[in-house]
Amino acid sequence: MEQERISLEQVRHVARLARLALTPAEEQRLQIEMSEMLDYVDKLNQLNTEDVGPTAQVGEPGITTREDEVTNPSAADAMLANAPARDGFFFKVPKIIE
Amino acid sequence: MRPSAVFTQMTSELNRLTIAEASARLRRREISSRELTRACLDRVAAVEPRLNAFITVTADEALQQAELADRRLDQGDAPALCGIPLAIKDIYCTRGVRTTCASKILDNFVPPFDATTIARLRAAGAVFVGKANLDEFAMGSSTENSAYGATRNPHGLERVAGGSSGGSAAAVAADECLAALGTDTGGSIRLPAAYCGVVGIKPTYSRVSRFGVIAYASSLDQVGPFARTVRDAATVLEAVAGPDPLDATCSGRPVPDYARALSGEVRGMRIGVPKEFFVEGMDAAVDSGVRGAIAGLEELGAESVEISLPHTDYAVAAYYLIATAEASANLARYDGVRYGLRAAADNNIELYNRTRAQGFGAEVKRRIMLGTFALSAGYYDAYYLKAQKVRTLIRRDFELAFEKCDIIAAPVAPSTAFRLGEKTDDPIKMYLSDIFTISVNLAGLPGMSVPCGIDPEGMPIGLQLIGPPFGEEAILRAGDAWERSGKFAPPRSRL
Repeated sequence: MEQERISLEQVRHVARLARLALTPAEEQRLQIEMSEMLDYVDKLNQLNTEDVGPTAQVGEPGITTREDEVTNPSAADAMLANAPARDGFFFKVPKIIE
Repeated sequence: MRPSAVFTQMTSELNRLTIAEASARLRRREISSRELTRACLDRVAAVEPRLNAFITVTADEALQQAELADRRLDQGDAPALCGIPLAIKDIYCTRGVRTTCASKILDNFVPPFDATTIARLRAAGAVFVGKANLDEFAMGSSTENSAYGATRNPHGLERVAGGSSGGSAAAVAADECLAALGTDTGGSIRLPAAYCGVVGIKPTYSRVSRFGVIAYASSLDQVGPFARTVRDAATVLEAVAGPDPLDATCSGRPVPDYARALSGEVRGMRIGVPKEFFVEGMDAAVDSGVRGAIAGLEELGAESVEISLPHTDYAVAAYYLIATAEASANLARYDGVRYGLRAAADNNIELYNRTRAQGFGAEVKRRIMLGTFALSAGYYDAYYLKAQKVRTLIRRDFELAFEKCDIIAAPVAPSTAFRLGEKTDDPIKMYLSDIFTISVNLAGLPGMSVPCGIDPEGMPIGLQLIGPPFGEEAILRAGDAWERSGKFAPPRSRL
């Protein structure tokens, strides 16, 4: 069997990081697809970027700060309106394991 | 002819007007926004079963907005977009109106607020026909990745509308509205505009506020309009662009009067033609259509000059590391806790894992996985950081090119609209549809697609015009001059 660029164990590790429950079929398909993508992006290594700085952001920054004052009425009800489960001003969730 | 039959005849054509035409008639009170909106809604009812451009049609709200617009128009001095029906890509938060991003994970999400762009359009009196279909979370080039079915191309129903803003482009091309809003991260306005034969603009990154635009890749996403003419698109752009304290990445630069750029004058304008954008494997019709438009601009007095963008070949690779990495962070919020889909689970980890497994489609999962990998310990430098360095090289290519030319002209895509299902088996093949648009997002530049031809099967071809940062006026001027030269009249959809 051909050695894929990325192992099934790596796929499972990434899925844990990404909080995605994958079926075995999805794991296998993603292993192939991720390997193909990683083979494709390998071409970036043809470029010497030793003296090149990274670009994290383009465009011009705008207004970034303001006075720390409350300028709008409470929107708690509106913000909780989409809650799958609610208890007063709380989002209800399944238990969080210690 | 009976008067009511005449009335029906007139009303049924109103949805085919440009914004400029409709706005003039609305202000003279020859027509009402209500009639105009009604004409659009009738067209929506007639073609939607075949087209699927909309996820949610907001007929009642549209007619209410039209009524308010009519009252404002009666008082005189209303803004240019007052009473004009628009489609809104279902990625913009619209208060009180379901916003899904074409994903099951947000199937029932109703935003409690408006995106800044939406608020500005409401203030201008625009009418919203509905929420337009897209590839899920804007990830795709065909609108085949929607959880609500694909949108078909109004020029050929067995073809894709392009993506990710396929619904917006198709809605304009099919006369369901007069203009539409989309977003463009790697080509998602320009590509569907080209495939559907309409005008589409991706402004300079930071020209328009992204507040309330559900995020895919935050250093690449940009808001932009679709319309039937360059003038109309400029009108919409001007209404939404400009500083926004709610978006720290939105530029504080004032917005020019874009209409003044539409002088028709391109004498002496230097048009850069990048040799790397005319490659083997391109459709012969696309090649000749785009070259024909460049020649047309030369006939109007512009000069073409060959330029080189040497790192073009690396753009797709850099993009699919940067965009997926940013997406993996932006989509981490969909966890079943505060909104959207919630899967059954006994503990919080299961909640996240199962909600996301059930809620996200295959392409979204693919990109989250790749992005998470690119950012993970041990791989960050080799992948994400490397891609950011290549982004610098790509940006520099354009900076150097713009020393030799005022704007750049190129194809939008290597082919016209492909058939549904043709590329869904091969993700990389699909990604390469973006080969000519992606570097423009990486460099943060403004880009526009204008119709420039059709292929032997009648499918539209787009000319891409790219400007330097905040060079919208230059590309608008060239695009408008081309459009009004009469050298090519884009066919209307025969749907």
